[in-house]
Amino acid sequence: MRDVAIIGIGQTEVGEHWEVSLRHLALRALQAAMQDAGVPQVDAIYVGNMLSGELTGQEHIGALVADFAGLRGVEAFKVEAACGSGAAALRIGYMAVASGLANIVAVVGVEKMTDALGPDVAYALALAADGEYEAAHGVTFVALNAMLMRRYMHEYGYRHQDFAILAVNAHRNGINNPYAMFRFPVTPERFAAAPMICDPINLLDSSPVCDGAAAVVLVPAEAAHAFAKVPVRIAASAVGTDTLAIHDRRDPLVLDGAVLSTRRAYEQAGVGPQDIDLFELHDAFSIMAVLSLEAAGFAERGRGLQLALEGEIAISGRIPIATMGGLKARGHPVGATGVYQVVEVVQQLRGQAGANQVPNARLGMAQNIGGSGATVITHILERMDHCG
Amino acid sequence: MGLETMLLKPDRQVGIVGYGAYVPRYRLPAVAVDRMWAGGQGGTPVREKAVAGPDEDVVTISIEAARNALARAREVNPALIRAVWVGSESHPYAVKPTSTIVAEAVGATPYTQAGDWEFACKAGTEAFQAAIGFIGSGMARYALVVGADTAQARPGDDLEYTAGAGGAAFLLGPAEESLAVVEGSFSYVTDTPDFWRRAYQRYPSHGGRFTGQPAYFRHITAAAQGLLEALNRKPADYTYVVFHQPNVKFPQTAGKQLGFTPQQMAPGLLCDEIGNIYAGSSLIGLTAVLDVAAPGERVLLVSYGSGAGSDAISLQVTGAITERQGRAPKTRDYIARRVEIDYATYVRYSGKLVV
Repeated sequence: MRDVAIIGIGQTEVGEHWEVSLRHLALRALQAAMQDAGVPQVDAIYVGNMLSGELTGQEHIGALVADFAGLRGVEAFKVEAACGSGAAALRIGYMAVASGLANIVAVVGVEKMTDALGPDVAYALALAADGEYEAAHGVTFVALNAMLMRRYMHEYGYRHQDFAILAVNAHRNGINNPYAMFRFPVTPERFAAAPMICDPINLLDSSPVCDGAAAVVLVPAEAAHAFAKVPVRIAASAVGTDTLAIHDRRDPLVLDGAVLSTRRAYEQAGVGPQDIDLFELHDAFSIMAVLSLEAAGFAERGRGLQLALEGEIAISGRIPIATMGGLKARGHPVGATGVYQVVEVVQQLRGQAGANQVPNARLGMAQNIGGSGATVITHILERMDHCG
Repeated sequence: MGLETMLLKPDRQVGIVGYGAYVPRYRLPAVAVDRMWAGGQGGTPVREKAVAGPDEDVVTISIEAARNALARAREVNPALIRAVWVGSESHPYAVKPTSTIVAEAVGATPYTQAGDWEFACKAGTEAFQAAIGFIGSGMARYALVVGADTAQARPGDDLEYTAGAGGAAFLLGPAEESLAVVEGSFSYVTDTPDFWRRAYQRYPSHGGRFTGQPAYFRHITAAAQGLLEALNRKPADYTYVVFHQPNVKFPQTAGKQLGFTPQQMAPGLLCDEIGNIYAGSSLIGLTAVLDVAAPGERVLLVSYGSGAGSDAISLQVTGAITERQGRAPKTRDYIARRVEIDYATYVRYSGKLVV
């Protein structure tokens, strides 16, 4: 096993790309990452994507992206793990380089959601849930999260308004990210007045339906300094799984998949939550952010929201989250999200996060969740300081 | 190629000789739709919309509006009308023209063209532009164009708040007989599928947020800016501007983006009171403006039709308008003639109750 480093990052703006197709989005991100890395060629391309078949009528997008990028002939395929597809593709890329089977790998996460009508998107997203035991009963994805949020409020005595802090924090950070979909502030008053989507989840508890693509380029860490001024080492890459259906879980308010995934990642990196400088978590809904904070060991169960309310998730706090806007404000192009998270952690570790820079960030964690917690993929990244 | 080469301008100057509007008397408040489908908690895109009575359709609405247009042009012998063109999304027949019935009713038959036009909400201005060409070329002395609809919307859909009924008619003819002269027009069309209804479907589908920026705003602003540039004009040169009005917010936003003031927009912005009457939406706004316009004033009309395209038309009012304004009921008279109905009555009148 070799250490693996990220030497290039690229991303498109997240938003409603009415006039840009899936392949063009992927191409833009891939070209940006390869240019950033200074590499004209790669050995393999792994494409993270969830919904191309359902929403674009196009599967087989690994070869499509490779061909369209002028890299016809290279190894390429799509990796799917619901909303965790992006990080799953990164993990495949990591394994390819770590094993020695490939030397330069590009990972692209891409999703094109806005070409489809709203009900079709809701149907497609529900494919991440248990088809026979959840979706078949008409439960949408937001409804599953609403049940978790309701249960959390009931168990721990929080008010819905307490969750406002997550939208406030994400939007405050999104303002300074030129790639973010939403670049305006949210106040607690605006949160209180937001339309209800699926009680208790309101519009500002929810990440948006959008388009986007992000990419990274991986090489063996030993070669990284030849390419990048500040390469970033992948200190851990770990997956944990859980049941697809929430009702099959040991405890619906504990994301066992996330507990496993982060525990494995901490072990690989030889660190603990106290060592992590920032955490790009999967805030598809505000309840997911809270449960992720708890599963990753930053708060006891029932205390994740309290941690946020105490200001500890801000850039200046103990564990900054959604530092570039998160899924809430940067946007959640589902299969691309996991790669966006990693791109943003790299920005932080390189010191390129501008006004949102976490001071002296050395160790950053990104966690991408598929479904309501059935696939959880965690990457811990570490800045590789120049070793002379 | 400069945009001035895209300007549409006939050899012979053409203008509006007569105009007329019609709005059915029934009004469904948007809160009634909201109560039925959204628990009465949401905001509404308009205050209320006009609903056709049980014995009204695009034929009757077109005839009412056309008769008002001809009343304002009473010097014109209807037998000299060489085209009757009706733009609508709600023609009562799939095959059998609305326009022949209208032509017969106003006395334009038999030596006339007649045809029904379809281009979603810009079918009316499409016919308007064709009539400019028909007269401007010398093929015809007069042409009658109508934009009218009894707009369809699926119960519970966002469109149901706004989909209204009404129409506007214009008798076009030589500039020297006109109450407003066409200075030029400009069209901007792309294949943009934001809203559609296939054959045998009762209600239209739409692309949600896609109907905004890439559809309505892109086409409206491109057509308006194209016309202003081609005519070397600026927003301040116009006393009035009228946009297609699917709701209140869209035309207000488009107007602001283009540099028009709320005062320029207000007289022609009727959507809050009658809803979106699809192919008649921008044209009925124009009738309300002509009701109050004074000689020498300029009007900019910009339609939008899904699918998609916009026509921008620049008009200058002449001295003939003053006398003709009072020859037929004004648009505001129809808007003031108001009978409020509840959702159940609306369901019955609009044929949604199938037993």
